[in-house]
Amino acid sequence: MMILAEITGSLGSIGYGLAAIGPGVGIGIIFGNGVQAIARQPEAYGVIRQNMILGFALAEALALIGFVAPFVFGA
Amino acid sequence: MANFISLSEVTCKFGDNECPFPAPGAGIFEWQPLASFNLLGFTSIEITKPVILAMLCTVIVSVVFIAAFAKPKLVPTGLQNVVEVGYLFVRDNIAREIMGKDGDRFVPLLTSLFFFVWSMNVMAIIPGAQFPVSSRFAFPVVLALIVWVVYMFLGMKNQGVVGYFKNIAFPPGMPIGIYPLLTPIELLSTLIIRPVTLAIRLFANMFAGHLLITVFTVSAWYLLNLSNFVGFVSVIGYVGSVVSFIVTIVLTGFEMFIQALQAFIFTLLTAVFISSSLHAEH
Repeated sequence: MMILAEITGSLGSIGYGLAAIGPGVGIGIIFGNGVQAIARQPEAYGVIRQNMILGFALAEALALIGFVAPFVFGA
Repeated sequence: MANFISLSEVTCKFGDNECPFPAPGAGIFEWQPLASFNLLGFTSIEITKPVILAMLCTVIVSVVFIAAFAKPKLVPTGLQNVVEVGYLFVRDNIAREIMGKDGDRFVPLLTSLFFFVWSMNVMAIIPGAQFPVSSRFAFPVVLALIVWVVYMFLGMKNQGVVGYFKNIAFPPGMPIGIYPLLTPIELLSTLIIRPVTLAIRLFANMFAGHLLITVFTVSAWYLLNLSNFVGFVSVIGYVGSVVSFIVTIVLTGFEMFIQALQAFIFTLLTAVFISSSLHAEH
């Protein structure tokens, strides 16, 4: 079989970089819109912050799984 | 884990310039048992540092709460005052925010979870302990299992065994055609993905934080090794070492924030799951 391209070195760090793209965008959107919502309706701060952190936690988990996977499955 | 060396296996001596950078890996999370004994002759129980720290956390949280509320007074003083602030934080910001007045009967569970998880996380920066207990996967898994059992039980109790699974699998008010797609996703999400991500989130955050702090601590120590180079190279080493040390301190402060945040998120998600079990979606 002819090898066209080959990557050596720490594949885990490349994987983490790829895994962080989506959650990075997602967390940006969550906090951006959250701050906007608070600015528009400061009296709803409690509810907005609650849901902001909830969304942040759900998006962040994906990036963290990407971080841990290379350690768990070997370098 | 053969690819990773634990810090105790590092043979580099201070000032040894031949030594490559001993990058900390998953090995720093593996502990040799301090003591081991047989239970009933067939299982071997090994006591490691994380186990001791977890027991310590249990004792600390229990003793503080028992000491504060053993003889509760109407007008709180001293310790009761401080602990009441923590209890009210969980009640007002987590339980009532998510579940309303219904949440009041779950405040004891949520408070225990919050302070236990927090104390396990805070062990990462306590001098002498300096290991986040929740970065060993087993501890978050057990906590997530407890949460899973609680919300499954509450769901079956409040909606009936058949009704609960019917409500998970077939959320009402959807067009018929969407169910073949929606049912597997909903079942998978509620029964498996919820507890798994709950455990992984806590574990991975603490794992990543501890690893980061260790990397910068080791590099602050390692870069000083260049000191017997002459001239410019040694200056780079000193600057790198000082910067790494400062970054370590800054990261420790950041970790304190993350530890509290992760405990908060763990409890918040527990409250959300319990809330979704109490009432069927409609």
